[in-house]
Amino acid sequence: MKDNIILRIVAKLLIPLVILFALYVQFHGDYSPGGGFQAGVIFSSALILYRLIFGLQAGNEVIPRPILKLLASLGVLLYAGTGVVTMLMGGEFLDYSVLADTPIHGQHTGIILVELGVGFTVSATMLLIFDAFAGRPLATQNTTTGKRDD
Amino acid sequence: MINYISIHWISHYNYWAAIVIAMVGLYMIIGHNNLIKKVAGLNILQTAVFLMYISMGVITDGTAPIAAETFTIYSNPLPQVLMLTAIVVGVATTAMAFALIVRIKETCNTVDEDELLEREGHQNGNVEEW
Amino acid sequence: MIDIIIDMVLLLFLTVMAFTILRLRDLLSMAMILGLYSLLMAGLFMVMDAPDVAFTEAAVGSGVATILMLVTLTLTRIRYEKKAAGLQWRPLIIVLLTGAALLYGIHDIPPVGDIEAPAQQHVADRYIAEARNETGVPNMVTAVLASYRGFDTLGEVVVIFTAGIGVMLLLGNGTRRYRG
Repeated sequence: MKDNIILRIVAKLLIPLVILFALYVQFHGDYSPGGGFQAGVIFSSALILYRLIFGLQAGNEVIPRPILKLLASLGVLLYAGTGVVTMLMGGEFLDYSVLADTPIHGQHTGIILVELGVGFTVSATMLLIFDAFAGRPLATQNTTTGKRDD
Repeated sequence: MINYISIHWISHYNYWAAIVIAMVGLYMIIGHNNLIKKVAGLNILQTAVFLMYISMGVITDGTAPIAAETFTIYSNPLPQVLMLTAIVVGVATTAMAFALIVRIKETCNTVDEDELLEREGHQNGNVEEW
Repeated sequence: MIDIIIDMVLLLFLTVMAFTILRLRDLLSMAMILGLYSLLMAGLFMVMDAPDVAFTEAAVGSGVATILMLVTLTLTRIRYEKKAAGLQWRPLIIVLLTGAALLYGIHDIPPVGDIEAPAQQHVADRYIAEARNETGVPNMVTAVLASYRGFDTLGEVVVIFTAGIGVMLLLGNGTRRYRG
């Protein structure tokens, strides 16, 4: 679809805006609807659009697959790590109140960190799932199931 | 009975719709042979559950659960949190199901449950026509 | 009042679309209508004061899930459901029994929107009253998701991560190049 000028131009216009919106949803999720889950899916949908139009190869050059795998694990690590840090600082697992000088600041910091972890994992995992499907070769056997048989 | 149902329907129409949609989804899962269609049915059944939960959290004249000075009545945030995570986990399991379907198609060259069961050697009258 | 009318119209559309998806044999059209169905469901969640859920349903249900279904249809090269699925009475009986059991289950739950319902009483009250003072986050859904029920959410994130690993195990993680 790389040759279609309309798709290419519209995608180039849209993709930065979608990514910007994903970042807004991620970091403004404390005050308005949104959060890590939604932001991760929106971010990955921007990159999936890029893959659909410019091809899987070009998409993999934007964020190489090893980095995606690293990000997916990093998100879980960031989430669980926040819990471990709160334990080390004298609180309970995932009790963010001890993270800063006042409990409210600590809670806020903890929520932002945890949502960031969720965002990393969700966006990277969605991209990895799409890549796994899209990188699969088409079924080569000639089948009759493609036709209507009535 | 008829009288009771006609009154009950007016105040509970969300639940009634959720039940009808859930029945459609369930029928798609157990009544159809095509595996892709079964996954679509699973998605529909799932959204019916979301609808049911969200309906339980609604409060008349309430507002979305985002704190603001001018509002005092908020709808219940707890079902919303549960469903939010359920949606994302749902798409992850759907992806898993589709991956399995792709592998089944590559290995057995069919996504029809009947044909798969026949391949498994159940053809000697053991498979009833469901 | 306008809420109730929008609610009812959307629910009617959703039910009709669910039956359409049930009857369609063209799987490509089915995938498209399933995406539209999710979008309508997102609109319904919005009317029912659940913007976070609506957001997620719109992005996930009509975005990623539709894409995944289209990719699967491409990979398996299946366009139509094979047999015309006539009405099968055994599944139908099971479905009708389930529906009857569910209807029996809802016959005595409080009506939609009742502020006195047990679901609004226990922990929800406390979240609504204290979430902002305790976490400094106005969005109660985020507060409950990340702080009060942080351990649950950790589990959900691990489930998603595991699903990603599972898909990569099943379909290959792209280290081998299949296409030239």
